[in-house]
Amino acid sequence: MLEVKNLHASVKGNEILRGIDLKVKAGEVHAIMGPNGSGKSTLAQVLAGREAYEVTDGEVHYEGKNLLDLAPEERACEGVFLAFQYPVEIPGVTNNYFLKAALNSIRKYRGQEQLDAMEFLKLVKEKLNVIELDQSLLNRPVNEGFSGGEKKRNEIFQMAVIEPKLAILDETDSGLDIDALRIVADGVNKLRSKDNATIVVTHYQRLLNYIVPDFVHVLVDGRIVKSGGKELALVLEEKGYDWLREEAEVNA
Amino acid sequence: MSTDSNTIEELANREYKYGFVTDIESDTAPRGLNEDTVRFIAAKKNEPEWLIEWRLKAYRHWLTMEEPTWPNVHYPKIDYQDMIYFSAPKQKDRPKSLNEVDPELRKTYEKLGISLAEQERLTGVAVDAVFDSVSVATTFKEKLGELGIIFCSFSEAVREHPELVKKYLGSVVPSSDNFFAALNSAVFSDGSFCFIPKCVRCPMELSTYFRINAAETGQFERTLIVAEEGAYVSYLEGCTAPMRDTNQLHAAVVELVALDNAQIKYSTVQNWYPGDKEGKGGIFNFVTKRGKCAGVNSKISWTQVETGSSITWKYPGCILLGDNSIGEFYSVAVANNYQQADTGTKMIHIGRNTRSTIVSKGISAGHGNNSYRGLVEIKKNAANARNFSQCDSLLLGDKCGAHTFPYIEVKNSTAKVEHEASTSKIGEDQIFYCKQRGLSTEDAVNMIVNGFCKEVFRELPMEFAVEAQKLLGVSLEGSVG
Repeated sequence: MLEVKNLHASVKGNEILRGIDLKVKAGEVHAIMGPNGSGKSTLAQVLAGREAYEVTDGEVHYEGKNLLDLAPEERACEGVFLAFQYPVEIPGVTNNYFLKAALNSIRKYRGQEQLDAMEFLKLVKEKLNVIELDQSLLNRPVNEGFSGGEKKRNEIFQMAVIEPKLAILDETDSGLDIDALRIVADGVNKLRSKDNATIVVTHYQRLLNYIVPDFVHVLVDGRIVKSGGKELALVLEEKGYDWLREEAEVNA
Repeated sequence: MSTDSNTIEELANREYKYGFVTDIESDTAPRGLNEDTVRFIAAKKNEPEWLIEWRLKAYRHWLTMEEPTWPNVHYPKIDYQDMIYFSAPKQKDRPKSLNEVDPELRKTYEKLGISLAEQERLTGVAVDAVFDSVSVATTFKEKLGELGIIFCSFSEAVREHPELVKKYLGSVVPSSDNFFAALNSAVFSDGSFCFIPKCVRCPMELSTYFRINAAETGQFERTLIVAEEGAYVSYLEGCTAPMRDTNQLHAAVVELVALDNAQIKYSTVQNWYPGDKEGKGGIFNFVTKRGKCAGVNSKISWTQVETGSSITWKYPGCILLGDNSIGEFYSVAVANNYQQADTGTKMIHIGRNTRSTIVSKGISAGHGNNSYRGLVEIKKNAANARNFSQCDSLLLGDKCGAHTFPYIEVKNSTAKVEHEASTSKIGEDQIFYCKQRGLSTEDAVNMIVNGFCKEVFRELPMEFAVEAQKLLGVSLEGSVG
């Protein structure tokens, strides 16, 4: 589904990603772990198409297309979804309106029928259950006045409505208490299928107890220095990241 | 008296010396402004002596006044002697069909979803057959007439209801009020008159009719609305479709009078030609709008969406004279490209327990410059007066400007006055967030801006609100990204 080859990216002249290689197949869950500042969020943003990051080298293929050629909204319409680390507030625009516009824009791109208000309401009510959110959320402005936990849950709720092929969760666990974490993880697990894939970006192993990954990759200084199965996350929990950094320096 | 107005007077007199003769048969007044121009206009309209005198008094006062320089706007000096103050519409200069109309303008109409019939009317296409909407207007008028509501052109009101016009004309905006109001009082061409008698609730939004009525009223428009005791009216002015006009200066006056327990809701969507991308050729919109809550428990609400004109200078205000009266002002003003807007409101609290609310949303894009200027004045006897003001500015891009000039004068210690202000920029992060959810940049900007204006839009009558949202999108097209 997704193949990243030798991806380099920089922001304002600082190189942050220094040659990322990553392959994600449908049905898989990949965890990207790493210390602060290692480039995890940058990778997520670059895949989503944030203009502030400049791709200086490498390729990204997604579903047979050159992902880097697509505008952010085209990537979204092609099924790439980013759950933001810091969801953005849009004052005066209700969640309901925002999400309906988004979904219909995606459907239009795919040549599908637009959903009318009634059909949309039926769909969102179903999805609210998945993430155990109250219906009143629909009429509140997007993320405005939301608690940190509500914002993260709102991201997963949007994901449930949009049903992406490739979901990238950027630090979705940060700011969540243990109950909210479980709810969010349950939501993500319910949305897993053999046709879609998930990349979970996190620096704690905690989330991975709930969303069990097929692969774990460790990102240090803009490179993936180690990949392994879910047990790698446990090793990291125990030993931290420094040993990997040292190992990377020896190899370099 | 300043040298400037001396010069104007000199010029006026000089033309007169050259033997200017009023040609009553002509459709167009000679260039320039003097007492004969004023008389020419009055004669064209067969006006009674009292009104001619009223105009002349205004003209003479105007000569003593100076054009205001305090607004935060810049424009080349206007030569008042180089303008034509009255011109009957000419059929032969009009486009014969829509195919002759500027394609850019037509594209905008299409984006706004304006019907062909309305497009023809807006662009002034010469139509031989009286098209449907005119007869619709006549039907409206009959229906309103049954309720005792008078709704007609200003000229007709002068002919048919002189006692009412005489009583209320200039009672809210005196002819000496300000430079542009004085000019308007001297040379106003036409406008609308609306009278709602005691305890009558006007059963429809006075909009469709007005749109038809509004054509050809010219650059100096005059509107007078009177709501008697317990009456209610909702009045819509303007149109979302861009209006082009060869007259660059527009100086309108609007007066509203609300007696005891009466309520007037006045909504405006203004979309005059704003000039091209470099700011050339746009309309100067210098308007005086004021409402008087003359009676107890009366209420006047101004709602405006200002997207057009190259320069906007207007401060729709309320004089809260009656005890417990309420004044409201909700405004969205857009300044894109080289547009300049200096707009706001005046709330003058005179009666006891008077309340006012101000919600102003300024949007600046391109090289646009947007200023909010507002006065809240609590007079000595206005016990328990309350005001809440909220002024928010939204910036798109980094070449535009937003300014806020709030003036607050409180002379009664029981008053409560609140003022909130904010300035924000449409963030790249907001746009990226929307795009990541599948929306185009344009849709994203639209959505964010409409969200910003929501508190004002919800005050607009339904049909207007929908149009206003679309209009905002078109006005800001291409301003980001």
